[in-house]
Amino acid sequence: MSTKKSEVWVTGIGLVSSLGEGLETHWAQLAAGKTPVPSVDTEDQAPYPVHPIVDFDIATQIPKRSDQRQMGQWQHLGTYAAGLALDDAGIAHNPELLAATNMIVAAGGGERDLEVDAAIMEVVSKSDHPGEQLNESLSSELRPTLFLAQLSNLMAGNISIVHGVTDSSRTFMGEEMAGVAAVETAVAQIQNGQGNVFLVGGAYISERVDMAMLMEFGHTLWQGDYKPVWSREDQGGGMIMGSAGAFLILESREHAQARGIKPYARINKVVSDRCNRQPGAARKVAERLLEKVSDHIPEGPLPVLSGCSGVQPQLSEEHDFLNGLSDSGIRPAIRGVTTMFGNTLEAQFPVNVILASLAISKGKFFDPFDNSGIEQEYTGAPERVLISSWGHWRGESLALVDTPDAPLREKD
Amino acid sequence: MNQSSKDHMGRPIVVVTGIGIVTSLGEGKEDNWRNLTSGVSGVRKITRFPTDGLRTQIAGTIPWQGEGRYCAPVHSLTLAKKSASEAIAQSNIGSIGSFPGPLFVAVSPAETNWDQRMQIYGGTAGGDATGYDRLMKNVVAGDFADYYSLYQFGSIAEHLADEFGTRGLPISLTTACASGATSVQLGVEAIRRGDTDAALSIGTDAEICEEMVVRFNLLSALSTQNDDPQGASKPFSKTRDGFVMAEGSATLVLESYDAAKARGAKILGVVRGTGERADTFHRTRSKPDGSAIIDTITRSLADAGMSPDEIDYINAHGTSTPENDKMEYLALSEALGGALDGTPISSNKSMIGHTLSAAGAIEAAISLLTIHAGVIPPTINCNEQDPNILMDVVPNVKRDQAVNAVMSNSFGFGGQNVCLIFSAEPE
Repeated sequence: MSTKKSEVWVTGIGLVSSLGEGLETHWAQLAAGKTPVPSVDTEDQAPYPVHPIVDFDIATQIPKRSDQRQMGQWQHLGTYAAGLALDDAGIAHNPELLAATNMIVAAGGGERDLEVDAAIMEVVSKSDHPGEQLNESLSSELRPTLFLAQLSNLMAGNISIVHGVTDSSRTFMGEEMAGVAAVETAVAQIQNGQGNVFLVGGAYISERVDMAMLMEFGHTLWQGDYKPVWSREDQGGGMIMGSAGAFLILESREHAQARGIKPYARINKVVSDRCNRQPGAARKVAERLLEKVSDHIPEGPLPVLSGCSGVQPQLSEEHDFLNGLSDSGIRPAIRGVTTMFGNTLEAQFPVNVILASLAISKGKFFDPFDNSGIEQEYTGAPERVLISSWGHWRGESLALVDTPDAPLREKD
Repeated sequence: MNQSSKDHMGRPIVVVTGIGIVTSLGEGKEDNWRNLTSGVSGVRKITRFPTDGLRTQIAGTIPWQGEGRYCAPVHSLTLAKKSASEAIAQSNIGSIGSFPGPLFVAVSPAETNWDQRMQIYGGTAGGDATGYDRLMKNVVAGDFADYYSLYQFGSIAEHLADEFGTRGLPISLTTACASGATSVQLGVEAIRRGDTDAALSIGTDAEICEEMVVRFNLLSALSTQNDDPQGASKPFSKTRDGFVMAEGSATLVLESYDAAKARGAKILGVVRGTGERADTFHRTRSKPDGSAIIDTITRSLADAGMSPDEIDYINAHGTSTPENDKMEYLALSEALGGALDGTPISSNKSMIGHTLSAAGAIEAAISLLTIHAGVIPPTINCNEQDPNILMDVVPNVKRDQAVNAVMSNSFGFGGQNVCLIFSAEPE
């Protein structure tokens, strides 16, 4: 196809997390010149600490009560954050732009009704005819609204209904890698003229024991007191789940310039792959991926945002990989994003892209997120930020976010 | 590079070189095609679990083939492996365990089924605890490594990537009942971008369990004609009363025309165009004026560079719900205009049932078989066609007719709509 690829700009951001709502709120906490303090709840989901979502006023983005009632908290959060991003990019309420806005949502599942499940489990477990009892209980206890609130693609459906985004609509699943694939696909589509504007992101609510169970099948959750992610490394590792709704507007440079929108940053590269997670395999994948971005990274200090889930041995493999950057003359200033946000799963990679874009646009990198000494200070205005996002179970990715006016060195 | 390898927009032409299919009608293209053209229904009484007290007791299930009790992701994975193996073998692409392109797989969102939930609940580590507290205590005390690798939302795609050696991150996707068509769309887009010469697009769905039946019953979406399972799915008929859930999987091996030619592969058909438009109206219903699905169809024609009168046959979404079939007719009349008159349209779901996440892929596969055979599978159970649906629905009996180009529709809950257009290999 065309030989000249479009550049991809970040022109809109919607972010709500355990730390608050909006970019300035996050900036104030993460770049105040001192170690930031995460928001952690150790009681709600005990023995599992979580980073709970802050209150957000759904009516400001989802005005109709009839719409609000059709969703659970997970869909509220995603639809809300998507609305913030559309507002931020000047797309909201513009029918022409909305009809040309494509959407890729990274989604897990919606919310089950835990009380209904609990009641059914109890009555079925005591029944002499469990099969018949299950049918009777399901038929009388489930509600149609809840089914729709559970469907993964209904977050996108609700974004279309509430905000009017109506070009293509795809929902990717697959935990952290769904967020990576969503951004990577949107970037590839924009670069190759398969769309000019994309709404991309996801949401995760950590206060959900039904979702936590899927993680705990692998005994991957951290129990007890909160610890920053690097401090879990020599204690067997473990995930602390976090809450976030994180959406981006990605736009071709030409399209953004034509409508006079200033970018936060540019997405230079997103690269990803997978392996079967035999010991050492993930690090090898990351090293191969690095070759695809290293051409764009000069020697010297480099801001790095790591989405490390906390699960071992991947945590140490990723840490070793990042330390190994020094072999190329790169001095990484690592931030363990999950220390502050928890693992926000499908939202994790979008959160990382948002933070990278924020740092680029502010001309300053974040303070170290803990006192471990692993996270080095970074002074000066970052020209590029490296993102390292691996899945807790599968998948590895790297991305490079940089300043929109930096020369784009395209080898391929 | 010769001119014919690019389409009307200068993009690489995308062709299909492998097809695999598993449905309630059988395993493989041969069995499915024989039954589809004989007007056989794969719908039956559900025997997987007790159906006492359920409003719907029928489905197009595929018997569980694993050990122990039915487990949804394992069943979905098994069917997907079968359809993918058939497609890759036909295509003869790559080598065993090494497919030279990415994987796009349409799957239903994984949820722990009641069988598994009750099994965990029955553990003893939970003591006197109840509810999820008990589940979690039992999970912590036990070994659930298998479930960890099965109940992630990306599990099926990851296991397929392991099996077939596809390249890069596999993409698991859902657009509800349009998912299978979306998997084809994503493959087509990747090849058109030049990211890859080949892609593996799979749809799979094997999740017929108590809760799914109850959920769709709550939406009044399912047929309740339990006394006549084979007659229950009756798209476009006056007495249609809902869809019949079904299981199945289909796989297409997609390649750029140039790559397929270069390796001497047999070309089974061309993906001419894809169209999409999200609806804003309602979570389970189309806009009353049909504008989103009209746009979906119109955009697929524009993408294909074709006019309505070039479509020889329409493989309908045709779910057999009162709402869908009415809206599909409305949208086709608007989008195709006079070209709809005399264009045959039929619903594979009348025989297979509605395979939800897999349906778009299965119907894409059957659309290509239709082109190849020059035979149009019928819409069965059409004894009294809805007098308000004025289309040639190929009632009850297959029709011999040369078909060069097929339009295949997929419309999903959540307002995600996709239309695909296939044609024979250009002369």
